[in-house]
Amino acid sequence: MSEFTLAPTASTAAPTGFSFDLTHRNALIESSSSTSSSNIPAKLPKALKTGTTIVGLVYKNGIVLGADTRSTNDTTVADKNCQKIHYIAPNIYCCGAGTAADTEKTTDAISSQMELLRLNTHSESRVVTACTLLKRMLFRYQGYISAALILGGCDVDGPHLYQIYPHGSTGKLPFTTMGSGSLAAIAVFEEGYKDDLEEGEAVELVKRAILAGVWNDLGSGSNVDTCVIRMDGSVEHGRNCVMPNEVGELRKKVRRSDVLNMRSGTTAVLGETFRKRMGGGVTLEDVVVTEMET
Amino acid sequence: MSYSTALPTHHQTHNPLTDAYHGKSAETRHLKPNELSTGTTIMAIAFSSGVVLCADSRVSTGTYIANRASDKISQLHDHIWCCRSGSAADTQALTDYVRHYLGQLAVETGRVPEVKVAAHLMRRLCYENKDNLMAGVIVGGWDPVEGGSVYNIPLGGACMSMPFAIGGSGSTYIYGLVDSEFKEGMTKEEAVALCKKAVSHAMSRDGSSGGIIRTCVVTGDGCEREYVSGNRLPYGPAGW
Repeated sequence: MSEFTLAPTASTAAPTGFSFDLTHRNALIESSSSTSSSNIPAKLPKALKTGTTIVGLVYKNGIVLGADTRSTNDTTVADKNCQKIHYIAPNIYCCGAGTAADTEKTTDAISSQMELLRLNTHSESRVVTACTLLKRMLFRYQGYISAALILGGCDVDGPHLYQIYPHGSTGKLPFTTMGSGSLAAIAVFEEGYKDDLEEGEAVELVKRAILAGVWNDLGSGSNVDTCVIRMDGSVEHGRNCVMPNEVGELRKKVRRSDVLNMRSGTTAVLGETFRKRMGGGVTLEDVVVTEMET
Repeated sequence: MSYSTALPTHHQTHNPLTDAYHGKSAETRHLKPNELSTGTTIMAIAFSSGVVLCADSRVSTGTYIANRASDKISQLHDHIWCCRSGSAADTQALTDYVRHYLGQLAVETGRVPEVKVAAHLMRRLCYENKDNLMAGVIVGGWDPVEGGSVYNIPLGGACMSMPFAIGGSGSTYIYGLVDSEFKEGMTKEEAVALCKKAVSHAMSRDGSSGGIIRTCVVTGDGCEREYVSGNRLPYGPAGW
């Protein structure tokens, strides 16, 4: 027997698989600490969620998507200018609400599958394909991937807009909103939506809907992002096209203590030699070629 | 730490033991938090040369209407359709599976599939996965063997052939109405009229049903899709 063979452990073999011993303990801690004033943490940590307003709209010549840019962690704003409009294909984009990591990963996974499908079939991606892939994935995970999506794009069949819920149900609609600010945003759409809007009117309506979420929903805020996908295949991103919460000018007016402003020269410079970057871009000139022993 | 929820409704945490029945109907209390439900009224009647399928159009998450003009009547094959009730995600996945298998079967056998086959395929999926599903389906259609037929597949995964079937949360309000108005050997026009009348009555009493009425008439000649908008319903408040 060599040192690599396993010793026979018939009776003393450790149990295999997952252990759920601590789930009951965790549930007990969570339930008991919420009632008593002990210093045990009241709740176990949860994932970062983007309390969100996202919207989508079909207009005469394509699709307009919109999103706010606030990402929250409890009552703290984790990111004041995050991106919630994700790339799926050159002609398809997707707004995401729910857990930030989940929306990011699902849209990335599906955009990857769409790219491979495009390379295999040599044809433009269809919005239904992306929708089906997304709903199958979300249904498989039974709602545990909390990604509420608005999928929009233009393909051979025209402009399409889908809403996709975390459990995997989908709906095809002329206009829709999702996220915690969806109620504020849908009110604007219900008031202002008409069939065959002009592009300018559609973008303005989308901006108004997102702003309704930004002002009236605590989970949404900061700026407005838009994305126009036209039937001719062109895409126009309106990253931060409305910035109602700019504080740059105000911040400049704040005078800080001189102690905080480090003047240049505060730290002594010991030397200034520059070396050419190696690695990453290694060419044949940088390496010594030696014969391989055969 | 607690986090703001990204979806509307259900801001409270759920304890399945204590609040399983709070403010929830028999159809919605088995759903997971935030799961979409087609709190529904669906119906199908078989007449001499085909069937009529009928449904409302409301899809809700708790008290929020996620879609007020949805289509709960899905196509399974050329002449086979179904009405969906329960979890929107579950029933959409089920119909996608049955459509796939039925398409495969039609190609393999080179024949038009029977409604009975479609219904039993649906029943099998519903019964064998009953612990993980919330789906009540009515399968209806036309085939050259039996003509028009209707199969009801309720929650547990039974499958029964019926002259007519009603389902969804709104159906409880119209059992009496449909029982008294239904008669054997109805014409297509009579069946469509009864469907619209019954579903509009259910929509007016059931909070989870509403919107518009969608119908699908299936005969050997093909399928006719129609809808009645919410301000033209045979019964109920006009306009909204």
